[in-house]
Amino acid sequence: MGLQPTIRVQREPFNAAAEAEALTAGRTDIGAVVTFTGLCRDEGGRLAELDLEHYPGMAETEIGRVADETLRRWPLHGLAVVHRYGPIRPGEPIVLVVTTSSHRMAAFEAAEFLMDYLKSNAPFWKKELLAEGAEGDWVDTKPEDEHALARW
Amino acid sequence: MRALYFAWVRERIGKAEEELTPPPEVTTIGGMIDWLKTRGEEYAYAFENARSIRAAIDRAHVKHDAPISGAREVAFFPPMTGG
Repeated sequence: MGLQPTIRVQREPFNAAAEAEALTAGRTDIGAVVTFTGLCRDEGGRLAELDLEHYPGMAETEIGRVADETLRRWPLHGLAVVHRYGPIRPGEPIVLVVTTSSHRMAAFEAAEFLMDYLKSNAPFWKKELLAEGAEGDWVDTKPEDEHALARW
Repeated sequence: MRALYFAWVRERIGKAEEELTPPPEVTTIGGMIDWLKTRGEEYAYAFENARSIRAAIDRAHVKHDAPISGAREVAFFPPMTGG
């Protein structure tokens, strides 16, 4: 029977510990939990806020597609992805990936794979609001994000 | 079909979505971008560098040579910065 990943796209913050707990509660077969949280940086004080635009409907669908691919490639016991949209301030969480498996390698690799794919394939766009109150620019893609995909 | 625009494509065009009926000779995403460019300065600006435009048909990523026949929803946007 196929494992059903938890996927949520939401405006409000999330609790990484609670999401990990939900995947491990009452289980005795899990030997590894990897929890990755991506946070909003202030870029050395330059940034006041990130505004994340997303494509409602496609965001969930695309994360689901990458999650299914992840489950085909690694023997996971559980998988959760939460991605926020809307205004996010420095220090706040943006994205969460939780993977559980019997042994650590699968959980580590699967979480990295998912994050690499979300960076370039999940329909989200970050706009900067600068500390002086000025509207900043749209965040550009980074060449290293494209390169990160090549290893999979 | 419904056309959706996101991020700086949306800002440059000045709208998030609209109903479009491309002429019959427009058969692919790339053809649609060329056609959209002729619809006004704001479109020409949004699509000035067609290579940097990503697209989706009915909420799935597609390349510029993808056929648009039967598409209900076509979206145009910059490279994504998720995660």
